[in-house]
Amino acid sequence: MAMSREEILQQVQEILVDALGVDDDEVSLESRLMGDLGAESIDFLDIVFRLEKAFAIKIPREELFPAESLMNNPAFVSNGKLTESGLKEIREKLPHTDLSEFEKNPDLNKLGDLFTVNAIVNFVDGRLNAA
Amino acid sequence: MTIQARSGNIGGPAACGEPAANLLMRWIWIDKFVEFKSGQSAVAVKNVTLAEEHLHDHFPGFPVMPECLMIEGMAQTAGILVGEAKKFSEKVILAKIRKAVFFDYVKAGDSLRLEAKIESLAPEAASTTGKIMRGEKLIAEIDLMFSHVDKNLAGKAFPEENFVFDDTSVFDSLLREAVSQGADPGAGESERE
Repeated sequence: MAMSREEILQQVQEILVDALGVDDDEVSLESRLMGDLGAESIDFLDIVFRLEKAFAIKIPREELFPAESLMNNPAFVSNGKLTESGLKEIREKLPHTDLSEFEKNPDLNKLGDLFTVNAIVNFVDGRLNAA
Repeated sequence: MTIQARSGNIGGPAACGEPAANLLMRWIWIDKFVEFKSGQSAVAVKNVTLAEEHLHDHFPGFPVMPECLMIEGMAQTAGILVGEAKKFSEKVILAKIRKAVFFDYVKAGDSLRLEAKIESLAPEAASTTGKIMRGEKLIAEIDLMFSHVDKNLAGKAFPEENFVFDDTSVFDSLLREAVSQGADPGAGESERE
């Protein structure tokens, strides 16, 4: 099922409006799910369920929002920041996310900022339109 | 999913060392299941009666069932459906009301059908959709999310005993009713472990 990025964005916007109770004009590509749209942990699962249904794809846990396994692994975290191997891991796990800003100061508290609307659109785009 | 209250001793906290089950009071807000398809859907019945004391306060001279208690009824119907799907091995907690829309008042004497369906079931959570009907009339649409709390994203630890489905005899009898009505025959057996 090939879809343009605009079509994907429109669907993702609808999903976030329903899942998070926000207005559609609040949901832009740059919006952060936690910081801007007020998402909590159960909302991430809700969003995953809704994405699976809307796009008829299966999203394994950790694939879209792999925060937990990173934060709980001492090899990846030191002094509240991701280590070099932690960064390597997150680059592999989030190929659809722009990490350039985060890498300058890989603070764990900033991890939530990585989950943007753009990251979801990239993820869905990758799943639907991969060659 | 279900509301549990501490049956505290008057004038002080419950005594230490008592088995946890003695401290729990289970509040069942549905009367029976009339359909139960394991892992898929369930239909429960709730009969509303003027003997429910809260109706006299909600509201004086105009007794109507509070909407929050319609959500509770759906949370129990859907929550038991989700719990049974994993043979009551998970602690199933109501985590989110995804949607709750109400179309009519419910009054004493009304017989409600609470129809719940599992939409998604994952290791860590489940989502359900539901309708409340009075005869042919749609009363409410209630979609919920349940968390299997031991697999929550925050990694918090919870007590080992299953404080949600601690005494399965209650659910046993509810589900047996559904079986005797010709619903899924396997459903009544599964929780007796």
